[in-house]
Amino acid sequence: MSRKLGYTAVLLGLLIAPFALYPVLLMKILCFALFACAFNLLIGFTGLLSFGHAAFFGGAAYITGHALKMWGLPFELGILIGTLFAALVGWVIGGLAIRRQGIYFTMITLALAQMLFFVFLQAPFTGGEDGLQSIPRGYLLGVIDLRNDLTMYYVVLAIMVLSFALIVRVIHSPFGQVLKAVRENEPRATSLGYEVARYKLLAFVLSAALAGLAGSVKAVVLGFGTLTDVHWSMSGLVVLMTLVGGMGTLFGPVLGAIIIIALENKLGDVGAWLAQVTAVEWFNTLGESVTMITGLIFVICVLAFRRGIIGELAARIR
Amino acid sequence: MEIFGIPLAAFLGQLLLGLVNGSFYAMLSLGLAVIFGLLNVINFAHGALYMMGAFLAWMGLQYFGISYWVMLLLAPLMIALFGMVIERSMLRWLYQLDHLYGLLLTFGITLIIEGVFRSFYGVSGQPFAVPPQLAGATDLGFMMLPIYRAWVVVASLVVCLATWFVIEKTRLGAYLRAGTENPRMVEAFGINVPLMVTLTYGFGVALAAFAGVLAAPVLQVSPLMGSNLIVTIFAVVVIGGMGSILGSIVTGLALGVIEGLTKVFYPELSSTVVFIIMAIVLLVRPAGLFGREK
Repeated sequence: MSRKLGYTAVLLGLLIAPFALYPVLLMKILCFALFACAFNLLIGFTGLLSFGHAAFFGGAAYITGHALKMWGLPFELGILIGTLFAALVGWVIGGLAIRRQGIYFTMITLALAQMLFFVFLQAPFTGGEDGLQSIPRGYLLGVIDLRNDLTMYYVVLAIMVLSFALIVRVIHSPFGQVLKAVRENEPRATSLGYEVARYKLLAFVLSAALAGLAGSVKAVVLGFGTLTDVHWSMSGLVVLMTLVGGMGTLFGPVLGAIIIIALENKLGDVGAWLAQVTAVEWFNTLGESVTMITGLIFVICVLAFRRGIIGELAARIR
Repeated sequence: MEIFGIPLAAFLGQLLLGLVNGSFYAMLSLGLAVIFGLLNVINFAHGALYMMGAFLAWMGLQYFGISYWVMLLLAPLMIALFGMVIERSMLRWLYQLDHLYGLLLTFGITLIIEGVFRSFYGVSGQPFAVPPQLAGATDLGFMMLPIYRAWVVVASLVVCLATWFVIEKTRLGAYLRAGTENPRMVEAFGINVPLMVTLTYGFGVALAAFAGVLAAPVLQVSPLMGSNLIVTIFAVVVIGGMGSILGSIVTGLALGVIEGLTKVFYPELSSTVVFIIMAIVLLVRPAGLFGREK
């Protein structure tokens, strides 16, 4: 009962949010929230740490952007193509990476994603260092004009809520239970008769596809795709979001995405305020030192705070 | 004279450059393997510490006029100290946990180090002159041999082989190998394993810093030089497997050469060839060329 009430409250909040806050920032947060949730499906519920999720996120953004801009495809098809691309790449990278376990799995995903980074860097259609600019938003189903930020926001919100519902459904399905068994004890899952490799691969492809969906939508919302989105630092950022919010919790990655994106956007202001209060000139440059701050949060989280915010709260309540 | 339509001198030049890069790969993957063997930590910060080594050499010359040769010894020592502080103060608390946390912690440390250097020096490279004793080139008749590049290859080979000798042939190395197999048993024999772990980490990152100082005159000294390298090193480690010391050295050198040759024959592939080889090795021999299937 109280859970249903909570869901309703969050949904209501999201419905009225664009009237209080800047819709484009909200959409960006929603996209990263889905990205982090997709990543969490892998680390939190299957126990696989991928350090290559930027390949799916940023890769899908490029493909969708190209499809909308150069091929003139409608919004829905562009998003679909981006997502399918991410799923396909996920199938290849995942298929290779699950041949090794643990730390090697992580290194392989990182290396293969880096390879894709170089491919996108050299491919002519991505615009190299300049990125893919001015992606048109177009019309939903040919009638609804998406150039209006508010309309776009509700479309994005609908996509995100449906995807989130899908993730929740997967986690609670028999398939999700097998994934949990794999996470807890892989040999035991094998001896119970489950084909562990197939389950891992399917989870990886699903996670990659959802990450791709998030990237595709983000490209349409912001109107550009850049190398930053396929760089390994983006893979690191999504790990951080999930870690801060809480690995293996449903809402943790969402909260983590909100915190990290807000931090990225507001760090400059905080720095300027600190400089004013403490009269230390250096704080004015804080906005450019986002990497340093994210690194610091990483270290603190890993050393003292491994359950993340939602995880800690859940542990307290219990 | 030509080889496959490429002038011999250009071909040999790229081969040498490949060997130079291969030496860096060898030293860095060797350090990673030694650290992983005892600590079970994949040290993401390896690239950042390599970058710090190069920067220390540059800063020593720039601010204090300390020569390259002194910094070649001093920088690895300073980085070793820095590494040991990291190990004692942070890494130590994670040994009981999943190995992934070690990777995440060192990733965070990488971001901090890189961020600090970027806020001071930006992303552009700082030039570093070749030390006068090694400047210029000798004419071998069939090619001009830049002396500094030859020095890099020789120096790294000596350091790598010395490391191999110490680990495989001396008593100290025997302790280390025993500690890799079964740390509790080694501790029961009265050996101070925590100290050994700290020193091993220090030694591993000192190798990275040594490579960094060697790299300073070849590549430009920039805050990003390490993170571009570390991902390639990971691929090298996956290809070679971390089971064998000589394996790491051979794999590193070989991949450097292959990369160099790709630059000659098919430049478009030169940045991705290592990753393609990794994918093939994973398909054919998942444990890596020198790895043991657990």
